[in-house]
Amino acid sequence: MPLLEVQELRVEFPTRRGVLTALDGVSFAIEAGEVLGVVGESGAGKSLTGAAVIGLLEPPGRVAGGQILLDGRRIDGLPYEQMRRIRGREIGAIFQDPLTTLNPLYTVGQQLAETMLTHLPVNPAEARRRAIRWLEDVGIPGAAQRIDAYPHEFSGGMRQRVVIALALCAEPRLVIADEPTTALDVSIQAQIITLLKGLCREHGTAIMLITHDMGVIAETADRVAVMYAGRIAEIGPVRDVIKHARHPYTVGLMGSIPSLSARVERLAQIDGAMPRLAAIPPGCAFHPRCGHAFARCKSERPELMDAGGSSRAACWLHAADSASAMVAGAPREARPGDARPGDARPGAARQGVADDAR
Amino acid sequence: MFIYILSRIGQAVPVILTVTFIAFAMFAYVGDPVTIMLGQDYTEEQRQALIEALGLDQPFFVQYARFVANAVRGEFGLSYRLGRPVLSLIAERLPATLELSLVAAALALLVGVPMGVFTGLYRESWLSRAFLVFSLVGVSLPTFLIGILLILVFAVILGWLPSFGRGEVVVFGWWSTGLLTASGLKALILPSITLGLFQMTLIMRLVRAEMLEVLRTDYIKFARARGLSNRAVHFGHALKNTLVPVITITGLQLGAIVAFAIVTETVFQWPGMGLLFIQSVGYADIPVMSAYLMLIALMFVSINLIVDLLYYAVDPRLRVDRGRLGRTGV
Ligand SMILES: Nc1ncnc2c1ncn2[C@@H]1O[C@H](COP(=O)(O)OP(=O)(O)OP(=O)(O)O)[C@@H](O)[C@H]1O
Ligand SMILES: [Mg+2]
Repeated sequence: MPLLEVQELRVEFPTRRGVLTALDGVSFAIEAGEVLGVVGESGAGKSLTGAAVIGLLEPPGRVAGGQILLDGRRIDGLPYEQMRRIRGREIGAIFQDPLTTLNPLYTVGQQLAETMLTHLPVNPAEARRRAIRWLEDVGIPGAAQRIDAYPHEFSGGMRQRVVIALALCAEPRLVIADEPTTALDVSIQAQIITLLKGLCREHGTAIMLITHDMGVIAETADRVAVMYAGRIAEIGPVRDVIKHARHPYTVGLMGSIPSLSARVERLAQIDGAMPRLAAIPPGCAFHPRCGHAFARCKSERPELMDAGGSSRAACWLHAADSASAMVAGAPREARPGDARPGDARPGAARQGVADDAR
Repeated sequence: MFIYILSRIGQAVPVILTVTFIAFAMFAYVGDPVTIMLGQDYTEEQRQALIEALGLDQPFFVQYARFVANAVRGEFGLSYRLGRPVLSLIAERLPATLELSLVAAALALLVGVPMGVFTGLYRESWLSRAFLVFSLVGVSLPTFLIGILLILVFAVILGWLPSFGRGEVVVFGWWSTGLLTASGLKALILPSITLGLFQMTLIMRLVRAEMLEVLRTDYIKFARARGLSNRAVHFGHALKNTLVPVITITGLQLGAIVAFAIVTETVFQWPGMGLLFIQSVGYADIPVMSAYLMLIALMFVSINLIVDLLYYAVDPRLRVDRGRLGRTGV
């Protein structure tokens, strides 16, 4: 049984002009100790997925369908108090901006101790002892003295280390890290990711790692889920997804990554823009931007399906019964230079994006 | 820390000096004390003698310096109206005003803060809406009208509470208190509600706005994500972060309460400094008026100082910044 299983998750925002469906049929699983990367353009629904899992969707957002299982036990829709006991203890969270995540009025030691006293059977002295050890573990020099310092006395990178300690100190089995390094100086991003991954491996904690940085995914994640317009476009082992992307969107996404170093650059240089929530097209949400779209893509929504290797993609190109259409139809008429799904040559993909940019 | 306090006191001195100057200017330019004090029949010699006795023949700045020196020693002269030392007049009235003001302020805080927290946390509940409507009334109705309405309902119609005066008081040395007798407490109820209502609604609205602001912050979301109890999140993390502005406003309002006590004291014939001041205005009793003015200024300045020190206690970030200020001698 997977540690976390999300099935057909649907998240809605009732608004004055009708209900917006922000997540639609999102399904994935995370095994104990596994690192699942989640990527996708801004607004794809990555953060919402994390918030739904930890039960902190901001009203009026709500889980309107599907289920979330932790150890096979349903946790969506639990009463507040029961969900509170799961937060921090079973599922931890790390946010993007360490400068605003810590309460400025309490010392880091107070915040750590408070978290442990809430969840673990420890007394204040023991909590303090463990707090010092956690600060050492996340690499704060002089932890025994720094424990009584306030957040503003730490640098951004150090604060994110404190946040990591806070997220892990009650020893959750899953931690949701939502762009944990985006707000940090480039020079320390890798350190923080390495630290997070190392600590989680030590404690057997699984990570749901939300990021825009494919380089980080490549180095850190075991599997990766690619999200588009509130749906999962493709999910599979990192190596497969990066080298043999099955969904045209993933192909474009991979193509837009400069192959070497320069991780600063954001993704999404695919032609066109992701649709607004109010205007998600019928059928496959990606079809207006897709070079391979054919009739079925415009009318029928693809579910995740086996797409070769261990990957699953929500794309009709991989449907067994579409094979004939594929041979005879639209995909063959793709523009010259366009990358083909499953094409192992990243060079081709990059070429395609460059063509589009012209 | 010590240097910080000194620098704050240093900043207060010009404020106090300005006020003493205004108070003195009232002496010099409003009315003619000599005429007032001599009454109808006097000789030219009597007039000259009084002018010399009051030092009114001296140059302006000499008079001012003497005025300040006297004020520092607590000598504000004789009341024109009552012919008694101003200091003892004020000392007699001070306890009544302070007691009324402090009870009003306590009421404003003890009711205003919880109401603000509640309306901030449960924005949609009908009780929150009721509080908000009520606060609108508190903010928009003038104090004297609230006082008169309360008197009408609770004193005249229902007859539960007295409509004027302080009730029985117990005297300790120069201090008199109405807090120890049943009639004194009863007499306090209506005036303190009248006086505190505006501040109560102000504090409620402020706490509510601050709570809404703070509840949106990342550190509150993170506190929830760590699974802290609602109590810890709301009161430990959220409320504490709203305290700095609340302390500021409450502190400033305490000064305002003492000052606005004039209206409430007039409506309820409360024997405090405000009533004394109003009576003095009618009589152009300049020594009493100027002493009152200076006392209020001193109170505002001291309250400001206390507020600053409280900041220091609440917010660790200020400790660092101001520590630095102190070291560089600013
Ligand atoms: N309170 C809300 N009301 C309406 N729509 C919302 C609300 N919060 C989020 N959304 C919508 O949900 C969608 C997904 O948002 P989400 O924050 O999950 O994106 P994301 O993938 O994390 O993007 P980013 O990379 O920018 O963090 C967005 O289109 C956003 O506009
Ligand atoms: Mg996000």
